Amino acid sequence: MKNVKTLNKTTYAKNSIGAGCGECQASCQSACKTSCTVANQKCENKSKTESK
Amino acid sequence: MVHIFCQNGYKLALDSESGAVHILSDIAYSILEKFPDGLPSSFDDVPEFEGFSKEDTKEAYEELCQLRDDGALFSEPVITKPLKYTPGVSPIKSMCLHISHDCNMRCRYCFADGGDYKRARGLMSYECGCRAIDFLLEKSKGIKNLELDFFGGEPLLNFDVVKKLVAYGREKEKEYGKNIRFTITTNGVLLDDESIAFINEHMSNAVLSIDGRREVNDYMRPLANGSGTYDKILPLYKKLTKDRTMDWYVRGTYTRRNLDFVNDVLCLADEGFANISVEPVVLPDESEFAIRREDLPTIYAEYDKLAEEMIKREKEGRGFTFFHFMIDLDAGPCVYKRTKGCGCGSEYVAVTPKGDIYPCHQFVEHTEMKLGNIFDDTFNGEIASEFAECNILTNEKCKECWARYFCGGGCCANNYNFHKDIKEPYEIACDLEKKRVECAIAIKAALADIEE
Ligand code: SF4
Ligand code: SF4
Ligand code: SF4
Repeated sequence: MKNVKTLNKTTYAKNSIGAGCGECQASCQSACKTSCTVANQKCENKSKTESK
Repeated sequence: MVHIFCQNGYKLALDSESGAVHILSDIAYSILEKFPDGLPSSFDDVPEFEGFSKEDTKEAYEELCQLRDDGALFSEPVITKPLKYTPGVSPIKSMCLHISHDCNMRCRYCFADGGDYKRARGLMSYECGCRAIDFLLEKSKGIKNLELDFFGGEPLLNFDVVKKLVAYGREKEKEYGKNIRFTITTNGVLLDDESIAFINEHMSNAVLSIDGRREVNDYMRPLANGSGTYDKILPLYKKLTKDRTMDWYVRGTYTRRNLDFVNDVLCLADEGFANISVEPVVLPDESEFAIRREDLPTIYAEYDKLAEEMIKREKEGRGFTFFHFMIDLDAGPCVYKRTKGCGCGSEYVAVTPKGDIYPCHQFVEHTEMKLGNIFDDTFNGEIASEFAECNILTNEKCKECWARYFCGGGCCANNYNFHKDIKEPYEIACDLEKKRVECAIAIKAALADIEE
């Protein structure tokens, strides 16, 4: 495309098939302890990430 | 919902519900600016844009339509209801263990009031810690990976118990077939060779508090006797992080007193720390250190500057990570995780030296929010449900927010402190979060350009 360059290869819908397992870290435990940002968390669901 | 914005020289669009991020040409940007709620079904309804030919406009329009048809623009939510929560059945998987309600420092912005959380100082006993670990193992049905953060006050004031509890946890996790990840948040003053070795062997994450420049750190983070801590902790942090194989962050707080906090971030980067988190202080409006609404333009400009500097350093091969600019546009968390945010009060709890259970470390000693006690096995499911129901799919303001899948719904503790309502977002934190997301996306755009 000439007018648009898309930065991601996937969308939430595709990235969330078989997801929601709850194995990942609670976000406030990672580095912050005073406020939340969820997008910087790592997903722990190997089967999900590998199947992508 | 589509959010368009200009950041660090890029024109960008974030499609909230799909997470798709696009770098736009000028004409594509102008079209989306004109039609924020959806593209017109026919090109005939697209007006002329000054400086662009009809053909160019049409081409851009068609490309945008293609994205929409591919589910990467104006897309619908993937889920509209949060995962079901049943108190007492839904797992608790993460715990903040207040191993020490005492502290050897007197940070001026401390939400724990010098470590004692407004109450008598106290250290957690080994027995209490064991019960807390048992509680976590029992309540985490269905989940293998658990976390336990040693928090305070200052956890190194009770380090013998920390060590014994790690041994206890390692023993017990086998019985339950689980994996406990221990983490620690420390002010560093009591670190020595032995504790550094222990932390590097057993703690999957170490959060090391330091505010940046010496004068900033030493003013805000003095010892109980008033003297500075920078010169003491800096070499210890260097030692700890030098050969460390697991996660770590140096973590600072900025306040109204150092709104030029990028200098603090860069000071830490220049000292060689590659994992940095420097966050805005959260204090009541009347505090002299609290961030005020009128400070926002200054802070935005600082984040712009930081993003620019990070792009520059990345290009020079000496990049570093800044916690709140970290995003993974592809392999990040799933949509369920994004809707739940911090999980405070439902899947994450804090336990005090007395064994009291609170929704999270920031609710400790807000007794009206106490969930129960690990010794008498009480757990207030009603309060826990209230927290579980507080998420980006149910909170009115979050429902309308373009940043919601990045933010996760903000901080219930801040909401409660400012509005007495865990569901009412604290606006300054929202504004800062949105700015950081814009910067994080612009950094991704710049890195994609470098790769090309
Ligand atoms: S580990 Fe991954 S799939 Fe599982 S809940 Fe967390 S982000 Fe979602
Ligand atoms: S807390 Fe604020 S920034 Fe976060 S999703 Fe809700 S409204 Fe948006
Ligand atoms: S309520 Fe705030 S402080 Fe508590 S866990 Fe959530 S984000 Fe962290």
